[in-house]
Amino acid sequence: MRLVFLICKKEFKGYFVSPIAYLLMALFGLIFGFALFTATRDVVRMGFQAQMMGQAQPVNLNDMIIRPLLGFASTISLFLIPMITMRLIAEEKKTGTIELLLTSPVRDIQIILGKWTAAMLLYLCILGMSVIDIAMLFAWGKPDWKPVVVAYLGLILQGGCLLAIGEFISTLTKNQIIAGGVTFFVCLLLWVLSWSTAFDSGATSQVINYVSIVTHFENFSKGILDFKDLVFYLSMIFFSLFITSRSMESLRWRS
Amino acid sequence: MIKVEGLTKRYARTVAVDNISFEVEKGQIVGFLGPNGAGKTTTMRVLTCFLPPTAGTATVAGYDVQTHPIEVKRRIGYLPESPPLYPEMEVDEYLEFTGKLKGISSADIKKRVDEVVGRCAIGDVRKKLIGKLSKGYRQRVGLAQAIIHNPDVLILDEPTSGLDPKQIIEIRELLKSLAGNHTIILSTHILSEVEHSCERVIIISAGKLVAIDSVANLTNRLRGSESVALEVEATAGTPDPTDVQQRLEKVAGVSRVVMKDSRSGRLTFEVESLQGRQIRPELARSVVTAGWNLSELRPVGLSLEEVFLQLTAAETKGGAPAESEAAKQ
Repeated sequence: MRLVFLICKKEFKGYFVSPIAYLLMALFGLIFGFALFTATRDVVRMGFQAQMMGQAQPVNLNDMIIRPLLGFASTISLFLIPMITMRLIAEEKKTGTIELLLTSPVRDIQIILGKWTAAMLLYLCILGMSVIDIAMLFAWGKPDWKPVVVAYLGLILQGGCLLAIGEFISTLTKNQIIAGGVTFFVCLLLWVLSWSTAFDSGATSQVINYVSIVTHFENFSKGILDFKDLVFYLSMIFFSLFITSRSMESLRWRS
Repeated sequence: MIKVEGLTKRYARTVAVDNISFEVEKGQIVGFLGPNGAGKTTTMRVLTCFLPPTAGTATVAGYDVQTHPIEVKRRIGYLPESPPLYPEMEVDEYLEFTGKLKGISSADIKKRVDEVVGRCAIGDVRKKLIGKLSKGYRQRVGLAQAIIHNPDVLILDEPTSGLDPKQIIEIRELLKSLAGNHTIILSTHILSEVEHSCERVIIISAGKLVAIDSVANLTNRLRGSESVALEVEATAGTPDPTDVQQRLEKVAGVSRVVMKDSRSGRLTFEVESLQGRQIRPELARSVVTAGWNLSELRPVGLSLEEVFLQLTAAETKGGAPAESEAAKQ
């Protein structure tokens, strides 16, 4: 545990020594802020129109703003995650520091968990930028906080899955660009998969639907905490970290 | 301390290390010698548990590298060929990280870092980013990383590459001061390195063990006859080089005379004796009685370099890589 923490600390610090952490946080903050601005503007406009027609209804902030916004955040994270994970192992392989880690009295799984936790922490920092925007909605409106918490939990779990997959891909190459590119492709694929099944209900599309990491987020974004989705995400994280450790072990045989 | 038995490492198509066995006693400094691509790094990587062997066993301090890797790694300090450094870290920060990684407790870490910083003479760059350091400093930071947890066994892959002569001497001194408590294996293709700092030499070539012995024994083993360098002064073309050569060949016990140089008023010869014959007094007398001026007469030992070439050339048949490596020295 001590070693996991040590590696995590080193890795997390590494993100903040380079501009990557600040860049990702700023980009996400900007895009999310802009999305919040347009979403609230539209809602307010619609509110005025409804009022003029004499059928004023209370605006549901949860359904009309927060849910689409956090759905949007889950999509943006697909683009950001490859940038977080691509360096994790690939860089160590490139610079040869992997030799230090693998010849120190550390287990592979401790290295993998440490790095994944660091990636997770950075991801949380990035998500944290959106909390500022959501907090404003709470300051001036009265949204229900429970679905928001569930949606954030969904975002975190989805991020955890994709980060673990990204870490696995990072063990496969010593080229960061390739690691990032492939991870990006996989993320996109998982996103697009969920489209293909939207109007279909055959057995295959149900399987695809189940595998698609993004569809499981749907329930979370609605504020529904389904045990099935929770199990899916946790087992995906576990599975991805497991194949990462297998891949790390095979590094020794392949090199 | 280190025991290797029948070690073989095969990559997809090539055999990097082929059935090597050797033992290293506690406290020894052993030089691991061989031309490029001989399998030095591979053997070291197996010993450090970075690579698993294809066949055979290797044990460090009684622990097998395959069944108890964590125990082995605890007892080993390893400096790979290119030091494994994080360019974005400061030297102090890096040493703390590696120290803790190797199991030093937070309470002791500062003390240990201070100590290795002093030993490796990197005190003046402690607060600098590793990425900004010169090659020599990086190498020393790499070495500091290897000794930070005071390991029983030190495995150094070409520790002096890229250093200037002064730094090489410093590293050599450092290694000597570490020997005794630590068992050290260092690989190199710089032969003078081995002559200076190692007690024993392991020579491998093309993945096979060629020789394992002390430096003195190795050079003696291959030196059957005595070889003498002889220099005669010559003024205005006298004496005639062929005269001298003929006269030298007539001395009892001489097997071969080779003229090395006849420029700038000096005639230099290399004279080899028959097995077990002392020829120096006879040679001197013969030159002097002929009325020539003998300006130099000294025994020529077989250097480790030549031993190395002979051994590895026999293995590789021609030994092109071995020669080109040794020629650099």
